[in-house]
Amino acid sequence: MSCKQFSLMSNKHDDTKVSLFKKVNRLIINFLIAPMLVLLTFISVFTETQSPIAIPNRIIAIVPAVTEILFAIGAGPQIVAVSSFDRTEAALSKPRVGGLLDPNIERVLALRPDLVILYGSQVDQQMQLKRAAIPVLMYQHGGLSDVTPMIRKLGKQTGHIAQAQKVATQIERELENIRQRVKNLTPPRTLLVFGREPYAIKNVYASGGIGFLHDMLETAGGKNVFGDLLREAAHPTSEMILAIAPEVIIELQVQDTTENQFSSETKAWNRFSTIPAVRNDRVHVLTGSELVIPGPRVAEVTRRLATLLHPNAF
Amino acid sequence: MLRMVHSIRLATKTRCLDFRWRFGLIQLTFGVLALTVCIVAPLVGPVPISLNAVFNSSLPFSENVDAQIFFIARLPRVLAGALVGGALAAAGVVLQALLRNPLATPFTLGVSAGASLGAMLVLILGLPIPIMGIAAVPVASFVGSLGAVSIVYALARFRYQGLSTNVLLLAGVTLNSIFSAIILFVQYLADYTQSFQAIRWLMGNLDVSSYTPILYALPLLTIAFIAFASLPRSLNLLTLGPKSASARGVNVLQTQRLAFFSASLATGAAVSLGGPIGFIGIIIPHVVRLLVGADHRIVLPAAALLGAAFLVACDVVARTLMSPMELPVGIITAMLGGPFFLWLLTRIR
Repeated sequence: MSCKQFSLMSNKHDDTKVSLFKKVNRLIINFLIAPMLVLLTFISVFTETQSPIAIPNRIIAIVPAVTEILFAIGAGPQIVAVSSFDRTEAALSKPRVGGLLDPNIERVLALRPDLVILYGSQVDQQMQLKRAAIPVLMYQHGGLSDVTPMIRKLGKQTGHIAQAQKVATQIERELENIRQRVKNLTPPRTLLVFGREPYAIKNVYASGGIGFLHDMLETAGGKNVFGDLLREAAHPTSEMILAIAPEVIIELQVQDTTENQFSSETKAWNRFSTIPAVRNDRVHVLTGSELVIPGPRVAEVTRRLATLLHPNAF
Repeated sequence: MLRMVHSIRLATKTRCLDFRWRFGLIQLTFGVLALTVCIVAPLVGPVPISLNAVFNSSLPFSENVDAQIFFIARLPRVLAGALVGGALAAAGVVLQALLRNPLATPFTLGVSAGASLGAMLVLILGLPIPIMGIAAVPVASFVGSLGAVSIVYALARFRYQGLSTNVLLLAGVTLNSIFSAIILFVQYLADYTQSFQAIRWLMGNLDVSSYTPILYALPLLTIAFIAFASLPRSLNLLTLGPKSASARGVNVLQTQRLAFFSASLATGAAVSLGGPIGFIGIIIPHVVRLLVGADHRIVLPAAALLGAAFLVACDVVARTLMSPMELPVGIITAMLGGPFFLWLLTRIR
């Protein structure tokens, strides 16, 4: 394009006096440089579409769920850095480059990655990395059914197709197994709490009817009391919790406390004695960072939920 | 509405009405308003309940859902709303008089920032130690507010014989920004769900769901209100300036100290109960002044009553408008109160 413009300009210029030198010059431009430029652009476009297909050896994953998947499918040695919020033992040895809100792009660039996996909302960082010609893969949390396709996709991207297939199939089989076991049992109406103020039933956050937490609960044979709410999180008042009267309350505790330490906390519920879950001693606590990560451990978490919901079936 | 406002103003401005009558009439009006709101509020909510079922004595309390909703979910909320609203509005009146600045709020002197920092430390760094059976967040926020108050007071007393209101203001504003920076830093260290919780706390929430925090806040608020009761006459003179007040026989330093500590105590207790709910502390005093004039003997109790009524009413909107979600009450106070205040501003005068 620029080449054409250039030749047009020179055309206009030598309307008055045409020397041999100019003619040769024009010849060179039209028949030598222009094709070379076209070829160069072609090559550069070609290599850009080619590069993500090549197996990356220096991966940076800023999403904990993705990091866990990569380790699970054997792509761990290819990872050069992880997010600041990775808590698994395997990830602890890797350098950290920030999280969802504060990824340190300078450090990312300094590590010379050949694949960076970002969260869907990190659009600015995506543009920055694109400008630096670093392949980027955007990831976004979805439902429980999105986890295994993601594992297979990452397997294809990192050259671990067979192992990813194995991990994904195992998760699917385990989930199906749980589904079969609870199929004929009545699902208890369950409140799945993932946050509240310590020692008080205040600012309660519970799973709404969208997202992997809701999916895991329903797969485990529970009926989410906020299943009709088309949001990921519900923020019910104490009045609302009393009115919906859940039969089971499960609290997810991500902090590094043991379940015993936290169980003294659940005494805060005792005031709400009309709630069947409180009356029948069915307020449970699960702890561990994996509870809120839609990674390779979703089947394990679903099983833990199912065991609490249907203790006789497991 | 407008006619009512005018009739109140007419009644209060007329010279022929003697002070005791004026005082009685105005407090009665605001008192009836506050009482009505507080009686109606527990009857309204996202879940319909029947009063017959609430007071049905044949069913034990532990099995009576309607009664639990009424007595555990709604009544503490309404009480907390009334106390917090009253305390913030009264503290606003006192501080605006003390600092002789119409823009002063209960949060100007760093009390709320200190309280917020205390709450953040518990919510994010996770120091969930229950103290005397009460949840850690309110205790930590109250301790934080005490810390802020003592720093500001020490600074204001440092180089002056009296209590410099200028230093008080500057120290408070500066402390506010320092604490806000620390709060942001602590939030930065938090992970995603924690910082979400922390931000939610900063928007204010009256869903206390138990009487314990109210019982702990009550003695503190009582002390503050007893102090408030002794202040109005001196505050009236103090608004003319410390020198003229002192010439008219006011013990300026003592009044300033009493005003500062009682307003801070009320604010600290209110914030630990409901979080830093904005708007009430600055606008309610002005609304009351627009309605009844500037005499603090009348403004102070009337502002407390109107603040209580306003916050309880806002909280009803907060918990019913988008149920089962709950809107932060701090959003409602500004969204409802702001336009009303602007309307009042154009209509009166």
